[in-house]
Amino acid sequence: MKKDELPKDLSSDELINLYKKMLLIREFEQRITKDTGKIKSPLVHAYTGEEAIAVGACAAINEDDYITSTHRGHGHFIAKGGDINSLMAEIYGKEGGICKGRGGSMHVADFSKNMLGANGIVGAGPPLALGVALASKMRNEGKVVLTFFGDGAANQGMLHESMNLAAIWKLPIIFVLENNKYGWSTPVDYATVIKDLSLRAQGYGMKGFTIDGNDVIEVYKTIKEAVDIARKGGGPTLIECKTYRWQGQTTMDADKYRLTEEKEEWKRKCPIEKFKIRLIKNEVFDRAIIQKIGEDTLEQIDQSVKITKKSPKPDINTVLDDIYKNPMNLGGN
Amino acid sequence: MTEETKTMRGLEAIRLAIEEEMERDDSVFLIGEDIGRFGGAFFVTEGLLDKFGSERVRDTPISENAILGCAVGAAMVGMRPIAEIMFADFLTVCMEMIVNQAAKARYMYGGQISVPVTIRVPFGTGIMGAAQHSQSFESWFMHVPGLKVVLPSNARDFKGLMKTAVRDNDPVIFFENKRAYYQTGEVPLDKNFTIPFGQARKFTEGDDVTIVATGAMVLESINAARKLEAENIHCEVIDPRTLVPLDKDSILNSVEKTGRLLIVDEGCKTCSVSAEIAAIVAEEGFHFLKKRIIRLNTPNVPIPYSPNLEKAIIPNAKLIQENVKKLT
Repeated sequence: MKKDELPKDLSSDELINLYKKMLLIREFEQRITKDTGKIKSPLVHAYTGEEAIAVGACAAINEDDYITSTHRGHGHFIAKGGDINSLMAEIYGKEGGICKGRGGSMHVADFSKNMLGANGIVGAGPPLALGVALASKMRNEGKVVLTFFGDGAANQGMLHESMNLAAIWKLPIIFVLENNKYGWSTPVDYATVIKDLSLRAQGYGMKGFTIDGNDVIEVYKTIKEAVDIARKGGGPTLIECKTYRWQGQTTMDADKYRLTEEKEEWKRKCPIEKFKIRLIKNEVFDRAIIQKIGEDTLEQIDQSVKITKKSPKPDINTVLDDIYKNPMNLGGN
Repeated sequence: MTEETKTMRGLEAIRLAIEEEMERDDSVFLIGEDIGRFGGAFFVTEGLLDKFGSERVRDTPISENAILGCAVGAAMVGMRPIAEIMFADFLTVCMEMIVNQAAKARYMYGGQISVPVTIRVPFGTGIMGAAQHSQSFESWFMHVPGLKVVLPSNARDFKGLMKTAVRDNDPVIFFENKRAYYQTGEVPLDKNFTIPFGQARKFTEGDDVTIVATGAMVLESINAARKLEAENIHCEVIDPRTLVPLDKDSILNSVEKTGRLLIVDEGCKTCSVSAEIAAIVAEEGFHFLKKRIIRLNTPNVPIPYSPNLEKAIIPNAKLIQENVKKLT
């Protein structure tokens, strides 16, 4: 078998970690899909099929760099280093969840990891990312922000306001467009005329790239390049990552609006399988290690479900906590 | 000990508060349309660019969602932004960042963060602004848990409440009444002068009728109360100053004393500030009431351009006087 070019700045361990993280996201989403009847929420969005984007992108930034996420945020949460036990518990609505059961699947966030939140409003992440990047710039922190959004958000006005503002102020933001071809049931080629959404970057005077979002290495390299530019004060970049949402919009969506042939075609382009074969070809790991990673991953997920089950439901006496930080002074004159 | 004060207009009191807070805390910055070089549509921020520079007094393109995205996002990571939305009417194009983001972030993320942002919005009638530059939207925001809603009526309160808004750790919508911008008052020069949220201010004392008023309606009510004194009718004019949190106790205590309540606000009547206050008193102070509650509001009509039409729909001192008499 022939070796190909893998990035020299990534060690074997780091390459294996990319694989591990993608697999962890995949198995995590499989598990919550299987358990959807127990979770009960009809608003749980799985990241299956898109793993290479979150993992490749987050590998290209530092631990203290920021990300903003979307309603389909579990993958970003895991890729940014969030703890899967608190993620699982959150999706189950338990007190042990990262948001103490207040947010659920669409609002998972880990501010200790600078994962600034999944967001239930399509297109709301990029404007918030502006403020985070502005803060980083004003405080001379040198930190960058990855703002993930989909092809659905690509047509929201607030995204366009954000790209323009980021461009005029040269803010350290990378706009990571996950084009998974559908906004719920609406195909991207119905929603917009242009084929490559990265073309939009030109209108704001920034660089735009369209890449294979199922190739974790291509994602890593492209984001890294954009991060280097942003960190040096060169401003934002738009990177469109072409991918496919394997599952319906949510774990409960019957998904009758897409052709089986199309789904099968994209499953053959599985980002994890593709990367696994590449690592084997390059002798980074072998079947035995792969088997072990697979078992460990499932064990980790089983463990998180066990911990979640033990976690109590949130105490109803705390339902009014945390609305405000400063207590309300309701006193008289 | 007497307080050292200076006579200034409302807009200058806001400017002074912002200036002092920017000097005190590096994390405070301003963002908005035409606020720097131009000084702001109402010149509230005039001169601040020269003093603090363009990093901290940021002019933006006309992109209200991006402005508030900047402010809310920066607040989520520890800055204390003050954003200006040029007219309250423009809040409609950036409700997302206020209602779904700033107001919700702390709660839905399980208390991991707070969002110490202040959003300044000039509002109200009196400048021939017509239907899209004159509205009073304050009651909309009372309906959103997670926000604090501040609405000062005079120069002194502008200063004290603006300083509290900037120092507060939660998102604050700061409604600036356009008429109050140009009215002068005695403003304390003490840099530590602040006014806590949730404390109403009583402008006149009286046993006959309680008048609860906000914004420009406070001065109208005070003028009405003075005239009524001559007729031996004594009113208690109360300005809640902050709508969230609302100082219910001061209102209820006054109604307990007078047994009569008139509420005046500039918003359209349906689902207005007056509606909320009337409901509170009906629920919690019904047994104090000797007469029905009267509410004076702008009727449910878009604000007209022509001054005679505008004047015809906005409550004023004369209307307040007449309605107080209906209660006595």
